[in-house]
Amino acid sequence: MTRHLLSIDDLEVSDIEDIFTTAAEMHDVQKRSVKKLPALRGRTVINLFFEDSTRTRSSFEIAGKWLSADVINLSAKGSSASKGESLRDTVLTVTAMGIDGLVVRHGASGAAEQISRWVDVPVINAGDGTHEHPTQALLDGYTLTRRLGTLEGKHVAIVGDLTHSRVFRSNVKSLIKLGATVTVVAPPTLMPSGVADWSKEAGFATSYDLDTVLPEADAVMMLRVQRERMSGGFFPTAREYTVGYGLTRDRLSLLKPGTPILHPGPMNRGLEISADAADAIDSAVLDQVSAGVAVRMSVLYHLLTGEPQGNEGVGE
Amino acid sequence: MPAHQTSTPHDGSTGRVVLDAGDINRAVTRISHEILERNKGAEDLLLLGLHTRGVPLAERIAASIAKVEGTTVATGALDVTMYRDDLRTHPTRVASHTQVPAGGIDGKTVVLVDDVLYSGRTIRAALDALSDLGRPAVVRLAVLVDRGHRELPIRADHVGKNLPTARSERVSLRLVETDGEDEVRIVDSTGPTDGGEA
Repeated sequence: MTRHLLSIDDLEVSDIEDIFTTAAEMHDVQKRSVKKLPALRGRTVINLFFEDSTRTRSSFEIAGKWLSADVINLSAKGSSASKGESLRDTVLTVTAMGIDGLVVRHGASGAAEQISRWVDVPVINAGDGTHEHPTQALLDGYTLTRRLGTLEGKHVAIVGDLTHSRVFRSNVKSLIKLGATVTVVAPPTLMPSGVADWSKEAGFATSYDLDTVLPEADAVMMLRVQRERMSGGFFPTAREYTVGYGLTRDRLSLLKPGTPILHPGPMNRGLEISADAADAIDSAVLDQVSAGVAVRMSVLYHLLTGEPQGNEGVGE
Repeated sequence: MPAHQTSTPHDGSTGRVVLDAGDINRAVTRISHEILERNKGAEDLLLLGLHTRGVPLAERIAASIAKVEGTTVATGALDVTMYRDDLRTHPTRVASHTQVPAGGIDGKTVVLVDDVLYSGRTIRAALDALSDLGRPAVVRLAVLVDRGHRELPIRADHVGKNLPTARSERVSLRLVETDGEDEVRIVDSTGPTDGGEA
């Protein structure tokens, strides 16, 4: 297993399978009355969040606590980072306290990898800019594996704001590793530049037409329109986006019966996903949240136990 | 560690056989009778196998009890990976499946079933794992082989075979369900072990 989890590229297929196997056991722990395992007793994990987050941070916090680790949340707001301290100084200060793991979210792509070169504890990327969000992709893959049995030969459509989405980038990599066929759908303005080369190299399809992709899909992953990352001009109106690329009530009928609908959250109801889709029987949104805790427990367990290793510096 | 030092596929032909299929069968039968005698019947019994080879052993004991008493005894599987005390010094293990009957373990007579009892550390971990699952009335321990060299104050209630061994030796226990044959061997491994020995 990798020392840091910075990107899905750090994981072999067998690593992903191991993470899923352990996650399945962690999932059972969630149903017990004593939701506590002693695996990380006496270890300290810091959630270092330079960007807003509710579910990822609380999910990592619960995951760490259920494994008996001490979890401390630090956010940029109200920390010395807002007083002008450099990222390196903040990270070195925090790790000098004697911690065993660092969960990092940062608005800059590559921040987690940069941090992993400065510290000698495992670093888990909880989202870096528009680069990657590997634990989200793992929990999505885990949720889909539970729903569909296997991802081998299944067709997954990823729809929405691809340009700004680290979830999409991590998911494409992990879904392909797990044997799925992937089609990504977005309006031309939200299709990332360079996607033509990447899709050819990695082996996934791109489309501008949601209505032709949906009937073919075994699973649909809707992405959030990230208005906070947009400087405007990506689509004329919200209404127009919904008509072209939202999972509306009408589009639900295009899906094969039982097709799971995923959304990494937070959802913009009425924009990229209708209430009918979000609350549909086949919606896996809440499954994703509960899987998130199990998968992050598994990731923390796999990265923070085992024989001590030296810092290999850069992940991959 | 006890449950993991037992066997790797390649040692099937080395060392000396100490228990063959017939011996293992008789040991399982005797353990079953002992459990019934001690418990005065099969009431409230729950046989919890420890991964990996304790799980099929628990099933065998249950089948043997069913033959004698004509009742089915609840069985389950217990994974102690998260409770081990060597998580920081051994390569990370993937968790196995813990399976407890729907009724839970509260008030039950839980018999932990393992293949080889050695340092006792796996059993220590299993007792911790049990206490997170509920509160059994009684916990007992049944093992197919006790090879000695305890590192903790733990003993088995039901033992298939006491095998005096040297620390340098390795006990290779193979079962049809997991390894394709029933056999217990003592393998001399004075050289560096293959990572099994704790």
